[in-house]
Amino acid sequence: MSAQTWSPKPARPAPANTVGFVGWARENLFATKLDTALTLLCVTLIVYTLEVVFGWAIIDASFSGEDRKACLKQVQGACWPFIDAKLGQFIYGRYPEMERWRVDWVFAIGALGLVPLLMPKVGWKRANVIFMLGFYPLFCFFMLTGGVFGLTPVDTTDWGGLLVTLVVAITGIVGSLPLGILLALGRRSELPIVRALCVAFIEIFRGVPLITVLFMASVMLPLFLPDGVNFDKLVRCLIGVALFSSAYMAEVVRGGLQAIPKGQYEAAAALGLGYWKTTRLIILPQALKLVIPGIVNTFIGLFKDTTLVLIVGLFDLLGIVQLHFTDSSWATPETHITGYAFAAFVFWVFCFAMSRYSIFMENHLSTDRDKES
Amino acid sequence: MRSWLNRDALLQAIVLLAVVAGMVWLVGNVQSNLERQNINSGFGFLSERAGFGINQTLIDYTEDDSFGRVVVVGLLNTLLVSVLGIFFATLLGFSLGVARLSRNWLISKIAMVYIEIFRNVPLLLQIMFWYFGVLRNLPSPRQALSIGEAMFVSNRGVVVPWLEAGAGAVWYGVAFAGVLAGGFWLRRRALKMKLNTGQASRVWRPLALLTLALFAVAALLAGVPFTLDVPYLKGFNFRGGLTVIPEFVALLLALSLYTAAFIAEIVRAGINAVDKGQREASAALGLPESLALRLVVIPQALRVIIPPLTSQYLNLTKNSSLAVAIAYPDIVSVLAGTTLSQVGQAVEIIFVTMMIYLSLSLLTSWAMNRYNQRMALVGNAS
Repeated sequence: MSAQTWSPKPARPAPANTVGFVGWARENLFATKLDTALTLLCVTLIVYTLEVVFGWAIIDASFSGEDRKACLKQVQGACWPFIDAKLGQFIYGRYPEMERWRVDWVFAIGALGLVPLLMPKVGWKRANVIFMLGFYPLFCFFMLTGGVFGLTPVDTTDWGGLLVTLVVAITGIVGSLPLGILLALGRRSELPIVRALCVAFIEIFRGVPLITVLFMASVMLPLFLPDGVNFDKLVRCLIGVALFSSAYMAEVVRGGLQAIPKGQYEAAAALGLGYWKTTRLIILPQALKLVIPGIVNTFIGLFKDTTLVLIVGLFDLLGIVQLHFTDSSWATPETHITGYAFAAFVFWVFCFAMSRYSIFMENHLSTDRDKES
Repeated sequence: MRSWLNRDALLQAIVLLAVVAGMVWLVGNVQSNLERQNINSGFGFLSERAGFGINQTLIDYTEDDSFGRVVVVGLLNTLLVSVLGIFFATLLGFSLGVARLSRNWLISKIAMVYIEIFRNVPLLLQIMFWYFGVLRNLPSPRQALSIGEAMFVSNRGVVVPWLEAGAGAVWYGVAFAGVLAGGFWLRRRALKMKLNTGQASRVWRPLALLTLALFAVAALLAGVPFTLDVPYLKGFNFRGGLTVIPEFVALLLALSLYTAAFIAEIVRAGINAVDKGQREASAALGLPESLALRLVVIPQALRVIIPPLTSQYLNLTKNSSLAVAIAYPDIVSVLAGTTLSQVGQAVEIIFVTMMIYLSLSLLTSWAMNRYNQRMALVGNAS
């Protein structure tokens, strides 16, 4: 009797039509008759859309030329030479060509400070924040306006394009964050008058459209100031945008404050910390970290809303594109669509990247908390 | 404890004093500035003659009407585009939200691409694209695209046939109201009967009979007071029919397409928030997927969906103010645009505009909060 060990037969491979691409397609595209019909419909739709888009953007498009003559073919797609010719204007506005290096430096240093700030793994966060909130705004101010250190002064009416879009968006976020934190703290304060004032401010600004706030900033603000005191139009819009987004920021921060367990307040009180120390050392660091995705989302909204400044007569990216449609040397039937497509693409890249970053941070933060518990 | 109370009271007094002092200072500045620039103050201008035309009015309006009537015309235009925008955005948003969760990979991806494109491009850009890029580029009325020689699409807008109502039309309105009321009553009765006896009662057949009867009565009383007004080309523009101005089309299109992307994400999150067991249970009961979605999942998802949906509706209403960029005569455009440039009373005009939006917002959130309370009480007592 020889010892016989039982060994199972190797499993047969799964049926060919349930694995690999075929299996995947059967499950996800052709599960039922209805699914098959819908899939075929979708394929037709996609093919048609791609045909139209590619036909317009590449096959029928013009790529080089000096003026409108390049874009007057029988079947004309996009007029890309228009973008090429105006690119400098779209980025810098009427900022003098000789001085554009200053804007480049502002962009470069901003990117240099921002990238490590956005990466959770890189250290030096505190130093970086001080650099970005303390030094960088001053640097931008002196670099862009000039008038000191031998830099030629550049009037803000000459600013335009992407420069104005970024200045409005970044000043808006930098201004609204501290104001929003104060408003959120005020709204959760136990002092009834402070609370009422904060609630009124937040609800009023959240209840009206940004455009009315911008109208207020551009036509009403001059009336509110004493005779002889007057701000630049850009500054007035910046104030309007910052006040408006601070109301939204306040609600985001309030969400974070509400998520902090009561035990944290009690523990801080047990250690003998007063209100401001508790808030500054215990509550805010935790609450703000929780709402980073919310802050990024507010920023995306603000970034898209910067286009509204064109209605009160500033030239942001969309405004300057719109302005150049009036240039008769580029007047073709396709100029408008090409310009809008370009502006839409630029805005889309910024907003999409930020929304991906927000999702990334959300995942990153939630795993952080899971690890701790 | 006592000293704390005093410190708090003092702090609040200081804050209040600072705010009041700031207000007084601002009002003082405004007064001296207005005096110096010889600008009137007060709301007297509302009863003065406006003297400008408006290219879309829901109520009768001529240049001789007052600025007060301009406010009403603008407000109605805002409400029109907002209500229609909310309707279309909800329709498209719910479809996209459900499509995003479809088991069909291709449908889900198409919905995703739509959402990511439309919500990441500024609304103002989308409005301008539709208006300056598409609608203004359409052929002139003489070369208008025609649909069955009755509907025309040109750079002057869309012209559609319209029913011209005569004197007796009000009876038809009464009949329609009667049908609505009857339908409501029948539905309630059917629901009650189902809850009490478990038996379904007929709704559709009696409703159809009621509709027929009521409209027959209306026809007997008033005859047929409607005439079909078909547009035709005369000279350089269309006569007759109903003209939908291109500004309105562009604004409505952009608002609906943009907001739908946000609503889709809300719907997706709401459906995902419903416990998986609910779907499995309805599958176990033998409900097909479409019925499970309609009867089991969506009613529960609505509870999660409604609060953010409300804020999207409010956003759409506030965003309709971007009309000013393409000169659609909404409240901001006629008031903070045309009226302001004619009257020059910035403080009063911006104040009125803001107050109108603020009351719209507060009214909507009040209504939605009440609805939300009712929804929340039904189940989820936990």
